[in-house]
Formats: sequence, C-alpha cells, structure tokens
Amino acid sequence: MTRRSAATVAILAAAIAFPLAAQPLGWEFYIGLASRVMIYALAATSLNLVLGYGGMLSFGHAAFVGAGAYTAGILLTEGIASVWIGWPIAVAAATVAAIVIGAISLRTRGVYFIMITLAFAQMMYYVAIGMKAYGGEEGLRLASRPQAGLGLDLKDDVTFYYLVLAILAAALYGLHRLARARFGRVIAAIRENETRMEAIGFPTYRYKLVCFVIGGAVAGLAGALLAANNSYVNPNLFYWTQSGTLMIMVILGGVGRLWGGVLGAAALLLAEELFSAYTIHWQLGVGAILLAVVLFAPKGLAGLAARHG
Amino acid sequence: MSGILLLEQSLNGLQFGLMLFLLAAGLTLVFGIMDMINLAHGSLYMIGAFLAAKFVELTGSFWLAVLLAMAGTAIVGMALEMSVLRRLYARDHLAQVLATFAIILIANELVRIVWGPQVPLGTPAALSGPVRLLPGLEYSSYRLVIIAVGLAVAVALYLAVTRTKTGMLVRAGASNREMAVAMGVDIRRLFTLVFGVGAALCAIAGAMLGPILAVQVGMGEDILILAFVVIVIGGIGSIRGALVGALLVGVVDTMGRAFLPGLLREFLSPPVASALGGALASILIYLLMAAILAWKPQGLFPARG
Repeated sequence: MTRRSAATVAILAAAIAFPLAAQPLGWEFYIGLASRVMIYALAATSLNLVLGYGGMLSFGHAAFVGAGAYTAGILLTEGIASVWIGWPIAVAAATVAAIVIGAISLRTRGVYFIMITLAFAQMMYYVAIGMKAYGGEEGLRLASRPQAGLGLDLKDDVTFYYLVLAILAAALYGLHRLARARFGRVIAAIRENETRMEAIGFPTYRYKLVCFVIGGAVAGLAGALLAANNSYVNPNLFYWTQSGTLMIMVILGGVGRLWGGVLGAAALLLAEELFSAYTIHWQLGVGAILLAVVLFAPKGLAGLAARHG
Repeated sequence: MSGILLLEQSLNGLQFGLMLFLLAAGLTLVFGIMDMINLAHGSLYMIGAFLAAKFVELTGSFWLAVLLAMAGTAIVGMALEMSVLRRLYARDHLAQVLATFAIILIANELVRIVWGPQVPLGTPAALSGPVRLLPGLEYSSYRLVIIAVGLAVAVALYLAVTRTKTGMLVRAGASNREMAVAMGVDIRRLFTLVFGVGAALCAIAGAMLGPILAVQVGMGEDILILAFVVIVIGGIGSIRGALVGALLVGVVDTMGRAFLPGLLREFLSPPVASALGGALASILIYLLMAAILAWKPQGLFPARG
C-alpha cells in the first residue's frame, strides 16, 4: 500500500469511527456539523472538477446547488418524501440547468465566462425570490427530513451522517477515477492548451460541456442533501456570495487537487465555527486567514501538505 | 401608462444609472489596466457611505461631509492598493477573487465593529422637498441634485481622461499595458492614483445614494454585481462603455421594476403578475447583458482594439 492510499484509508476509518466516539463523549452537536462540512465538501468538490480539472472559472456554481436544494424542498413540501424519487429529480433539475447554462456560457471566454455564469445564478436567485408559493424571499421551511426506506431513518443524525459520508466518498472515488480516465486527461489537456486540442481534432466544446454538467449534477445532489440537513431552503442559496464561498473553498483547499474541495470546505467551516465561538466578529478572523493563504500559500492547503509531506 | 409617469421613471433611471457609472468607472479601469478582478470595490462604496454619514454628524454639512468622505475613501483605497492589491496583479483571477473576497469579509466586520451594522444618513434639509418640473410632475429635488452631480462628475472624468496627460497615460495603460510600460510610463504610481480616484468616486456614489437606499453593512455586495454587469456590457477598460452601460442598466432596471408588473397584469391575475413581474424585472439586466454579449462578445466599446 502506498503512503497516499494508506492516508486515504486512515481518513476514511476516522470518519467512520467519528460518530461512535462522539456519542459517548456527548459531542452529538459535532455530528451535525460534520455532516454539514461533508455536504459543502461535496459541493466544493463538484466545483473543483469544473474549476480545477476543467479550468472553467464558473462563478455561478450556487445555481446548481440551489436548483437541487429547491427541487428537493419543493417535492418534499408537495408530499413526495422518498429520497429515491426526490433526489434523482433534484439531480435531474440541476443537470438540466447545467446543460442550458453551460451550453450558452461556454461560448464565451475568460472574464466573460465568469460574468455570464454569475449572471445566470443571479437570475435564478431572483426567480427563487419570485416564487411566492414556495416562500418567496423568506424561503421554504421543510416539515421533516425525507425518507429513505430500507430501515434507514434520516431523522437520526448518525444515519444521515453515514449517508452523506458514503455519497462524498463515492464522489471522491469517482473524481479520482475520472481524472485518470481518458476523459480526465483530455479535459486537463484542454485546460492547458485548448487551441492545440482543437487542432488535433478533439471536440473541445463538448468535452468542456460534459465536464461542466457533471459538476452541476453533483452540486445538485449536494443541494438536495443540504435541504434535508437544514430542513430549510431560501433564495440565498443562489446568491453570488454563495458561489463565491464555494470558489473560496476550492481555492483555499487546492485547485485541481483531489482533496482540495474537502480540505477547503472543512477549513473554512471549522474556522467559522471556531471563531464564532469566541466572537461575533468571526468574519474578521476568517477574512484574515483567507488573505494570508492567498499571499503566503499560493497553492492552497493541499499544496502546503504536498510541499511538507 | 401616462407620459408623466414615464418621464418620472426615466429620471429615476438616469439618476441610478449615473451613480452606477461612478462605481463602474473605477472598476473598469482597474479591470482594464491590471486585468484584476476586484470584488472589494463594493466595500469602498460602503466605506464611503459610512464615512459620509459620520462626517455629517461631525460637521453638520452634507456637502462638506461628501468631500471629506471622498478624501477618506481615496486614502483607504490607495492604502489597500499599496499594501495588498499590488501583490495580486501578477497572480491569476482565482487568487484575486479569493483575496478580494477576504477583504470584503474584513471590511464588513471592521465597519460593523467601528460604526455598527447601520447608520442613519438623511437627505440634506434644503433638498428634502419636491420641485415642480412640469404641471403634474413633482420630482424629488434631491434626486435632481444627484443627477446634476453625476453628470458633472461624468463630464469632469471624461475631460480628465481625454484631455489631460495623466488621462492619456491611463488610456495607454488600458489599451496596451506592456507597450505603455515600454514607453516609460510608471504604471505602478499611475495605478495607485487610478485606484484612489476610483475609491473617491465610490464614496460619491455611496454618500449620494445613502439617503435613498440604506447605509448598512453589506450594501456593497448587491451593487457590486450591477457594476460588473455594467462594465461587461460597456467593454472592460472603457470609460465611455461604462457610461453607456451604466445608463442602460439604470434605465432598464428602473423601468422594468416600475412597469413590468403593471404590464403583465393586462394578461395575468394580479398576484401572479406582481410576483412574476418582480422576478422578471430583476432578471432583465442580466438578459440585457447576455443579449449584448451574444451580439458583441467584447462589450459595446472594447478598449483593446
């Protein structure tokens, strides 16, 4: 076993053991927090595929998280409680959104791509505000968590934790495989030199669109999980600062690195949690750390780990 | 819809558009010359508004307060440029997004600590009443003054950019930075200056819009995105584009909010019309941006030929 895969097994074992240790110690609160961190890790990982592996600077990834969350929330409100129906539809909604947004946005380049993706997410933000039947500006409170059947009780925080963990692990494994497959190599080559790939004869637009849509679909799943976790969805899920936060997680963790999204989400959310325990002005501390990372650790936390490890 | 109402809303649109221009002018130069995404531009707008509110308390004069806020915000902007932003020019857009997002968080919290989440800023007493422009059209005198100030600043900026030596250097930097450096332009100093001027313009917008909107933490986040839409429509790096884009966005946004719900009520039931109209009105400027980019991918007035 290589050192890298040993570390992966150790992290997975620790994540599986965590609730077992947390319960006797009275740390139930941290199980919920860990679920939230993992959901954001999933969303950030999906953005990392688009941004880091695909080199597409999407500033509107919240559109897909929000689409998934709202679809799941609305279905739950309308009485469809099963995750086996609700979540696939949520993912499908995010996928459709990603196909439409990607197909249009990918015709532009550079800064214009950043701005177009941002604009689409903002449009969906205003659509969510306009949906008065589903809470409008106030957002939508969900009566309960969805049901999974199979003897799984998602209202139980530990069960929910394991479900999220399984999904995140599957997503990371999928990303790992994808990056090493032919598709991943083509995507990386397009990121490095699109003109050359086009000249060789690769349909670069189609490859980029597929990459963008996979990212959007996974983000939709993260959104559905987020809706279940919070029992609440609101238009701010679509707001540009949410896209910004996901982007921050990826950059903080390590752009184009397998664990980048996870590291970034964990670091940002735990820093928030830590600072907010001591002061209401926690944003000051988080902001200072982010600034320090940009100035002194250009490759993110994963880059730091790679340099020292 | 009546002609009077249309005229009134056009004036509102013009007023909002001119204030957007003040924000977009600085942003487009920063973006155009240094290829730098500065999300913290909205924070300067917020700081300008808070400074103005505090200087009004201190001096009792609205206009003196605006001038002091301009000076104060320019100093903050230049200090920010020299301490942090300068290190980011050579970095990629991602690093710039992360750093300036961090500055937003820091600025929001510092303002909250120093002044609290919200401060009052009223219209100057002499301008609180309406004036009669036409029979049947009473219009806020304060909004008229905003229009006048906006126009004056726009003209001054236009003259400064097209008729002065510094302006020439700025234009040279925006259209081809490497060439300008090769010709001996001290782009670092020039840029600190541009940043200071941009910050001062933010302060004018913040101070003037403060009495109409609210002076509160987070006020910069909403308007920042509008300013980005403006400069993308206008063409990044172009002052003229920023002006045209700002007026377009200001008028379209204001008109959409004023008339779309009513227009839809002709076809739809009132609650549906007001909900749909509101959402559609907010979306309108993004559709405008998408349409313009589809037509002219570099914006209306591309600075780099």
